[in-house]
Amino acid sequence: MRLPGDIDVKMALAVWWRNATVYRRTWLKNILPNFFEPLLYLVGMGLGLGFYVGEGISGQDYIAFIGPGLLASAAMNGAVFEVTYNLFIKLNFDRLYDAYLCTPAQIQDVAAGELMWAVTRASIYGAGFLIVLAGMGLVGYPILTSPFTLLMPAGVMLIGACFGLIGMWFSTFIRTIDLYSYFYTLFITPLFLFSGIFFPVERFPFGQEIAWCTPLYHGVRLMRGLASGELTPEVGVSVLWLAALSLLLMAIVPGRMRRLVYG
Amino acid sequence: MPPDASSPSPNENPPAVMARSLRRTFGEFVAVDGIDFEIERGECFGFLGPNGAGKTTTMRMIYRASPVDGGRLEVLGLDAASGDFDRQIKAQMGVVAQEDNLDTETTVRENLRVFCRFYGMSTAEANRRCDELLEFAGLVEKSDQRVQALSGGMKRRLMIARGLISRPRIVILDEPSTGLDPRARQNVWDGLARLREDNVTLVLTTHYMDEAERLCDRIAIMDRGRIVACDSPTGLIARCSAPQVIELSLRRGPLPEHAQPLLTRAQRVEHLRDRVLLYVDTPEDLVGDLTKTLPDHPAMVRRASLEDVFLELTGRGLED
Ligand SMILES: Nc1ncnc2c1ncn2[C@@H]1O[C@H](COP(=O)(O)OP(=O)(O)OP(=O)(O)O)[C@@H](O)[C@H]1O
Ligand SMILES: [Mg+2]
Repeated sequence: MRLPGDIDVKMALAVWWRNATVYRRTWLKNILPNFFEPLLYLVGMGLGLGFYVGEGISGQDYIAFIGPGLLASAAMNGAVFEVTYNLFIKLNFDRLYDAYLCTPAQIQDVAAGELMWAVTRASIYGAGFLIVLAGMGLVGYPILTSPFTLLMPAGVMLIGACFGLIGMWFSTFIRTIDLYSYFYTLFITPLFLFSGIFFPVERFPFGQEIAWCTPLYHGVRLMRGLASGELTPEVGVSVLWLAALSLLLMAIVPGRMRRLVYG
Repeated sequence: MPPDASSPSPNENPPAVMARSLRRTFGEFVAVDGIDFEIERGECFGFLGPNGAGKTTTMRMIYRASPVDGGRLEVLGLDAASGDFDRQIKAQMGVVAQEDNLDTETTVRENLRVFCRFYGMSTAEANRRCDELLEFAGLVEKSDQRVQALSGGMKRRLMIARGLISRPRIVILDEPSTGLDPRARQNVWDGLARLREDNVTLVLTTHYMDEAERLCDRIAIMDRGRIVACDSPTGLIARCSAPQVIELSLRRGPLPEHAQPLLTRAQRVEHLRDRVLLYVDTPEDLVGDLTKTLPDHPAMVRRASLEDVFLELTGRGLED
């Protein structure tokens, strides 16, 4: 089967399957932190810090305010890790993509397979988070209060795809693996802090305007809308924003990767 | 697109590979400088040449890992220069690249298993194929170990096994036996001989002249991006300036001044680091004189070989 962009699904699945093979060996070790991280944030920030934010934010308890945003950031982290260090090793150290390309696979199939895997990892990570968020409701801290919560996995996948592509795109520019520290400290961490997860972006001058231009803000807005059920037009705008950036990068990334393996 | 829809070759049974004025440049540098060759189906075709001659660059164009900058290139009648038939071409080809590019995060067996997926094999079929190839590569005992646990030669064997997964019609082998011990090399030769019986086309490079002579039906000798000769091994050896070679050892020091007049009696002289080669039609008289005049430089006579042709045609030794 072929997708637009001459992507052969069978080849993309073979690339995906290789990553799943590696992950299968380590998932038991990885899955536990998947539950602890959200739990720690929710207890530490939501209940600890939240105690001093007595009146909550935007009429919500603090823990209910940050929960959906943290889910968005979990999707981001799950996707990004796969397409930074892991991808760099395959691309530059093992030269594994050169080997893939000796089969009938073309570079766009490889890019698609890696993207599918990034979305898979975002989903695994997001699922752990969702279970914890739902569990908080059982112990008296309702966070997921609307039926639209059922759409959250789709939101996780959209955020995962967008960040997977951003990470892949960045990976095509760097020549040494150390440069990922810039990606994480100057891109991922600021997004985490200033995308409205912990406080409204209006807190700083132009906070809203700047955040609107960055992807995690839209992920947070989408998740918050789905969790509360207030599906304002802004939530729709955020979906379109994330989808548009993803489509743009899908058009660019295979060509960028081709320059690194074809020559 | 069906392979024959816009196939440019009118030939019913086109050659495995056909190149005309094939060129590849890196910036200003011309790595492959307008070469012509044709590789018949079922033959074993070798590229020989000094480091940097352009062998790998040529092979990469054939197995579609590199663009073609000029000229024509057809693989099994499909236009390879356009890039439009890369999937069809690669589906019929197996590749053993010069640099190992194994997956260091999976086991030996998984390295093969993963690649079976790219050829759409069923699980049962893939498992059977992996068993066969692990056996062929002599890696059955290592199958559940990580690639890092393999020695250099074992990695090379795994690379070869991986290149054969799809039972390809054409196998490209870029220095397949580099780093192999004699027995492993023998096994690879046997494996390649079996492929030949199945009419598989082999395209290989090697720096081992004995390997080239033994495996190849025809050899193209490359130098600085050009093909300087292309013939069967015996045909190439017949082109050597003389059929006999006297090897003078330099183990105990350089030749003295008074050796010069003797050297001029040879048709051609090749100075290597540890020996001097004298090419002659009839060695007997000269050898007698050499042993008398140069007691410190033992002389040995042998027939001209592929290595001699190589040295003569590429103008510099393998050892420089
Ligand atoms: N990606 C590249 N960029 C620039 N120059 C290159 C590149 N690849 C190869 N070359 C140059 O092209 C020439 C031919 O290289 P190639 O790898 O084809 O040689 P080779 O015949 O395979 O040599 P060896 O026996 O050492 O493997 C060399 O001079 C090399 O430096
Ligand atoms: Mg080479």
